[in-house]
This record gives sequence, C-alpha cells and structure tokens, in this order.
Amino acid sequence: MLRLAKKLGGEGSFYAAVITLVVFAAFPFYWMLITTFKADGDLYDLKSIPYWFNTAPTLEHIRYLFTETLFVQWLMNSALVGLCVVAITLIVALPAGYSLARMPGRSAETLGIGIFLTYLVPPTLLFLPLSRVVTILGLQDSLWSLVVIYPTFTIPFCTWLLMGFFKSVPREIEEAAIVDGCTVVGAFVKTVLPLSVPAVLTVVIFAFTLTMQEFVYALTFISSSEEKPVTLGVATDLIRGDIFYWGELMGAALIASVPVAIAYNLFLDRFISGITGGAVK
Amino acid sequence: MGAVTATNIRKQFGDVVAVDGISLAVRDGEFLVLLGPSGCGKTTFLRIIAGLERATSGEILIGGEVVNEVPPRARGVAMVFQSYGLYPHLTVANNIAFPLRTQRVAKVEIQRKVAWAAGLLGLDRLLHRRPRELSGGERQRVALARALVREPTVFLLDEPLSNLDAKLRATARSELKQFQQTVRTTTIYVTHDQVEAMGMGDRIAVIDHGKLRQIGTPAEIYDDPADEFVAGFLGTPPMNLIQRDGGSLGFRPEHFLPKELLNGAALTELAFRIDRMEYLGSERILYGAIDGFAAKREVTAKLPAHVQLTGIRPGEWHPFAVRETELRFFDLDGRRSEGKAQAQ
Amino acid sequence: MTAITLTPRPARSRFFLDRAEIVGPLFIAPAILYVVLLVGLPFLLALYYSVSAYNIFNESLAFVGLKNFRDIIGSEIFRRTLINTLVFTISAQIIGLLLGKIGAMLLMQEFRGRGIARALVVLPWAVPVSLATVAWLWMFDSLYSVINWTLIALGLVDAANRPQWLGQEDLAMIAVVVVHAWRLFPFGVVIFLAGFTSVPKDVLDAATVDGAGFWRRNYQIILPIIAPIVLIALIFGTVFTFTDLSVVYLLTKGGPINSTQVLGTYAFQVGILSGDVAHGAAICLFLFPFLLVAVILLLRSLRRREI
Repeated sequence: MLRLAKKLGGEGSFYAAVITLVVFAAFPFYWMLITTFKADGDLYDLKSIPYWFNTAPTLEHIRYLFTETLFVQWLMNSALVGLCVVAITLIVALPAGYSLARMPGRSAETLGIGIFLTYLVPPTLLFLPLSRVVTILGLQDSLWSLVVIYPTFTIPFCTWLLMGFFKSVPREIEEAAIVDGCTVVGAFVKTVLPLSVPAVLTVVIFAFTLTMQEFVYALTFISSSEEKPVTLGVATDLIRGDIFYWGELMGAALIASVPVAIAYNLFLDRFISGITGGAVK
Repeated sequence: MGAVTATNIRKQFGDVVAVDGISLAVRDGEFLVLLGPSGCGKTTFLRIIAGLERATSGEILIGGEVVNEVPPRARGVAMVFQSYGLYPHLTVANNIAFPLRTQRVAKVEIQRKVAWAAGLLGLDRLLHRRPRELSGGERQRVALARALVREPTVFLLDEPLSNLDAKLRATARSELKQFQQTVRTTTIYVTHDQVEAMGMGDRIAVIDHGKLRQIGTPAEIYDDPADEFVAGFLGTPPMNLIQRDGGSLGFRPEHFLPKELLNGAALTELAFRIDRMEYLGSERILYGAIDGFAAKREVTAKLPAHVQLTGIRPGEWHPFAVRETELRFFDLDGRRSEGKAQAQ
Repeated sequence: MTAITLTPRPARSRFFLDRAEIVGPLFIAPAILYVVLLVGLPFLLALYYSVSAYNIFNESLAFVGLKNFRDIIGSEIFRRTLINTLVFTISAQIIGLLLGKIGAMLLMQEFRGRGIARALVVLPWAVPVSLATVAWLWMFDSLYSVINWTLIALGLVDAANRPQWLGQEDLAMIAVVVVHAWRLFPFGVVIFLAGFTSVPKDVLDAATVDGAGFWRRNYQIILPIIAPIVLIALIFGTVFTFTDLSVVYLLTKGGPINSTQVLGTYAFQVGILSGDVAHGAAICLFLFPFLLVAVILLLRSLRRREI
C-alpha cells in the first residue's frame, strides 16, 4: 500500500497519510484547547465555524474553573494520592524486585510472572468485593481508600520492571560489598540502589501516571465532591442538572492531561521495554 | 594464623557436581595457585572459601576456626574479582575506604590507611577519579588496594590478570608476586594460565572436573606429574604421551632430542618422522610421529634455535632419543606408575 | 602489621541479615502480602458473592448455588451485554491494530516533524481515560457536535436529520468502538515501531538480496519475528477493552436502551447502583474465563521468549 501510495503521489501521499493519522489522534485535544478559550456565546452558536475563534478568546472558563469549582481541590487530591501511592510502591516493589532478580532457580521466574499477572486482573472484576472491603475498613468515600487500593496494580507492574532492571546489574559489585563487610541488605542499599536511579525514576513516573489515570475505583469508592480525584471530579461534577459546563470541562481535562502526557512521552521506551520483558530495548 | 584448611569440600548445584571432594591445606603466608581449565570448579572452590557459596558438605577452617556458618565479612578474607567489582558510583579513594567504613573504623584511621594502601600501589594521583576513568591496569590496582586496606588474613584472587592485555599481564604478574612477598599475606590465586601459575605460585593445586589432581611446588608438578592430566596440562607444547602395553610413556618435548646431541648411556631411542617444523625465534618445534607407537596427539620435539639441525628434513625419519631419567610412566587409568622402558 | 583478629565464633542469630535465605523471602513478603490480601482475597470474595444472596439491603451470605448465574443468563439485557462486549472488543482491536501498523510504518520513515508526530500520536493512549472520553462526549454532543457540523457543512447530512451519535443505538455502538480504537491505536503504533526496529538489519538485507519484495518481506520475515511482541500487546489491548467501564459509562452509561451496555458497566449498574452485589458479582465473573485465556496465552508467549 505504501509503495502504491508512493507511486501515485510520492511524498505527497505519504505526508497526507501522516497528517490524517495525526489529526485523528490529536484533534480531540485541539478541540479541548479551542473550547477552553472560546466565549460561551461563540461556543454555543450553531451558525459559527467551530474550528476557530469567532469572537475573542477568553479566560473566563479558566477563571471559573479555578475559583468557583473544586478543581484545585481535585488536583491536590490526585497529587496527594499519587505521592502516597508512589511511596508505598517504592517501599514494596524495590525489595521485591531485587529479591526476584537474585533468587536462584526457576521459582523466581514463576513468582515474578505470577506477580506481574495480577496487573492483568481488571478493576471491573475486583471493584465489587473491594467496595465491601473498603466499607469494612471504614474508608468509604475517602481518598485513603484509593491510597490503599491503587498499589494493587502499581506494585505488580513496578516489581516486574525493577526485576528486569536489577538482573542487569552485575553481581560482582554486591559480592565485593559483601566480602568488604556488608550484610546482604547493606550491600543492596549501599551499592545497588545508588546505581538504580534511572529505574527508580521510571517507577516513580509510572506509578504516578497509573494513579492519575485511574477511574473505576475512584468512581466506585468515592461520592463526596471534595474527596474526588481529578479524573473523577472532572467527569462527574462539572454539570448543573443536565447541562455540562463545556468550557470549564475542557479546560480541566486539558490541564489535568498535560503532565501525564509529557511524562508518558518521556518514558515511553522504558514502558514498552517493561511490558515486553526487555525483549525490545 | 592465616592458614586455610579445606576438608573434603563438595558443592552441588542441582544435578551438577562442581566441586567433588577437595581437601587441601594452605600454609600461612603461602602463595597457592589453583590451576585448571575453565569450568573445573576452581572458582567455585574459591568462592566457598570466601563465603559467597555454601559448601554442600565439608569444612573450611581459617586460622584454625571452622567458618562454614560465618558470612564473608567475618572471615577476615579479602577478594579481588575477575572484573574487579569496583563500585562505579564511588571515587577511587571511596572505593578503597569502603571496607573500612563498613567496619566503622574512625575517620582519621580511614584516611591514614587509604593513603598507605594507595601509596603501596601507586594510586596517589588517581584518588579522585571514578572507575570508568581508569585503565584496566589501574582498576586492578584499585581492586588490590581495596583488598589490602583491611589487612586481611587471606587474599583471594579470581583470575585478576585475565582482563589485562598480554603485555600488561607480564609486568602485572611480577608486580603482584613481589607485592605478595612484601606483605606476606596468605594468598589463594585462581587461574587457567599455567605460565602465571608456574611463575607466581609457591605451590600449585591442579584441579580438573572438581577434583584435586595434584598439589606441589612448580618443580614437583612439572617434573613429577601425578597423572596424565597434570602432565598434559603443564608445558607448552604438552608432554608427549605414547601408548604401549599397560599404559603410556611420557616425555617432555624439550627432552626429546636428536640422538647425536645426547651423550651418555641410559637412552631410549625412538625413530621420529618429522612432518613439519615451526621456527619461533628462540626455539624450534618439530611435529611428527614415532615409529611403532600410537599417540593421541602429534609428537613434538622442542629444540633451542641455536642448535643446528643437520640432516633433518621434513618427511624423513631420524633417530631421536630421551634420557631414561626423563621418562615418565602412566598406567591404564592415567596415573603415574613406576616402569621400565622396553627395549625397542 | 596489625591484622584483624577473628571474633570468637558468634551466635548464628548475629548473622540474620547476612543470610540470603532469610533476606530473600523477607524482601518479597510485602509484595506477596499485598497481592494476596487485596487481589487474591477479593477475587475469592467475588466468587463467593456470586453464589450467595448478598445485597446491601440484606447482607445475607446464604448459599444459593448457581441461581444468580441462571438469572442473568436468562436476562436479555445480559445477553445483549455479552454480545456488545465481544463486538466492541474485536472491532476495536482490529481497527486499532490496523491503524497501529500503518502508523508504525509511517513513523518509521525519517521526515521532518517526526518527533512531534510521534508525540501527538501517543496522546490518546497517554491521557487519562475519563478526560479523553469527556472530550469525545463533547465532540459527539447532540447539538453542538463538531463532527456533525462538519458533515452538514460538507453537505453529507442535512441539519434536520443530524446523527445523534449517542442517542441512536447503532450510532452509539459505532461511537464507542471509535473511542476505544482511538485510545488503542497509539499503543499499537509504539509496539509495532519497537518491534520493527528490533528486527536485525542483516536479516532484512539478506531477504532483499534473496529477492523478497515489500509484501513478502513484511509478512514472511518481519511479522514472524515481531509476532511475540505483537501478541503481548494484543493481549493487553484486548483485556483493557474487554474489561472497560470508563468509556461506556461516560459516553452512554450503557444506553440508549442497553445497546452499548458492556459487562463492566452492567456489573456496576447492578452491583453498585442497585446494590445487588450477588448478581453483580456473577456478571463480573463472566470476565474471568476470558481473562484466563488471555493469561495463558501471555504466559506461553513470555516463556517462549525467555529462552
């Protein structure tokens, strides 16, 4: 097909294909952007051309979003949950990944894959019993329910990532430290961890983005507006009756999406490497 | 104090027996070389002494104490790894200081010791560099300094010269030997290179397939090999082994000379057909076969280059001989035995 | 020369943290605990709920056998739900994979702006599900849809009969599939790209010298080599779509009249909104066999690769 396209129109067709694909991918975001800054009059005018501004762009929606909705609260909620979940993930996944990387025999492989597989168990299977668990723990309608539950998917994935990474650190350095006077734990902390900064960074970014993207558990466990993380609050609260506040909604969506998108782009290669188990670098 | 004793050490990994009942005693202050081909178990054995592996059975004693259950850091050993195992994120100074820091030695004392070790190995001007900025030889010296700084009872070295290029290896070899003679710490050194072993060891332990074949001084190993493996492993080219009833007959290439060059009685004559010759500058190696005897490899003779070889041409037979005192006899199991040369 | 003297033989307990046999399990225990307690147990709980009569008004744990399953299989809504879930998943995978492959082939070429193109193409997948879906909600709006505006402006549709993307059954299904495919294809692009670049160049050169043309190279050489990676991506993608709740919930809530209801949203509606935990759990469990198949496939392809 490509050759045919090249024959027919050469570079022109190629660029046309690229542009089509890019437009398909990115148009919704352009639409978010435009909507955020369009005055209501322009926005809800069926006669005007929607692709560009017909009246002057306005910051009114942004202002409203930040001052008269709980948007800022939601952002802070998400940030708080994110930080806590990252901390928990690091504390649990770092030793686990190391242990799996250094464990002798095939049991390590099996255990590692087993832990990784739990990443595949979807929220839509577990949300029902977990909602009862959360109620029993007294955490219903609280951000802390998310802090407790989210690590169930960040830990498996990050342990797998770290296991792959630690396997690539040569054992000689830890052994030298052990002969030099460290315990196994001491060798890990003093020699392996300092060398693991890029991997730790990757784990932090992924745990954070995985947390920022989650919707199902948030929808299930939380109902009070003040406790909502941003993915939930934006999708459910920016309505009056049946009418959506589209300007504010798009603005919120845009602002909340940007950091995640940037993080993903930077760490894309590592993510792929992690999923495919290092088969692809 | 620094004596190391291994009693019947066995190590199994699943179905694979890596070390098959090795017993040996290293004397205090001795430089013992563990010599053997790749995969023979010598490194595993060293790691058991270090405490990085647990023996499946058998005992290790250091300084008279059984240390099987004692972790490496409490055994008083220091180890230099094949790839040196330097800490990449620390400077040379901090690499050397590391073992002292883990023992919580006082800061002032650490500085003094680091300076001393660095001085001994000529690292004074490299103290602030990172390992990746150093050459192979420099890294090796840092690894040694790090091992030295704890003043251990035993040095364990795992093929430390194998990552150096050939030219550097020779100088490093003599420096290491001199170094050991200065500090006089018991040293156990693993290598597959027989030249290194012969040049450095006070005694050599030859290991093959997890078993100890022979332990002795270089002269003993070379002149009195305990079996065919040892005989064939040392010497370049290896000892000639020709088959005969009841075993094999062995003689070294340098003892296998044209008959006219050997005078005196008690010679065994062997007709030698030379197939090809190699001129190596300082010596000549002749490859061929011996009339009437089968051998697993080509039979070789090694002559100094200055010896004239009149009348010797490839493709022709020539009477060669070996002094009877240089003959070695091996039985059908490959072990050394007494025997007499048969008349041709 | 002072040497370090050996301490008298200390008690074994002093070397607690030295022993790899103790530290190893210790290090991994928290992770296993987390997974067992918050994934394993809830799963078992779901199993039990599905064969009980539990709901939030009457927290009865009485065993009712397979009654719940019989109830839902008998329900027409459920049958519709199951079909929808399958249809959406398969369609979205096909479109997503196709676009992913094309996208990767395009982005493999060197051209100006390639970096930006790649960053933009990744956006749909990178951005949180709910936020992206809300944008599509706006784009499908019954009155102000920009898609409709464009169609009307191009004369393909007239204003009086503008398509109600989320209000008409068949259109709603299309809308859901489009959003799913839109979210999936960047993942496909990235995976295919990574796969293409991992094929060793000499293999491709050898094929070219051997006379293999574009299509043969593609389908007989490249595809088999990258198949394992693509398979892993396919499994992930399928699981994500099959078990999705967010997209359908936010776009249509399963409507109109259950035409876009999927297992996830139906379970939510029954189990949470109506409080009928037992039936909700039974619905959820229909996800399980499918997951099992996915897991087995994934395991096999991972194992093969490990060697």
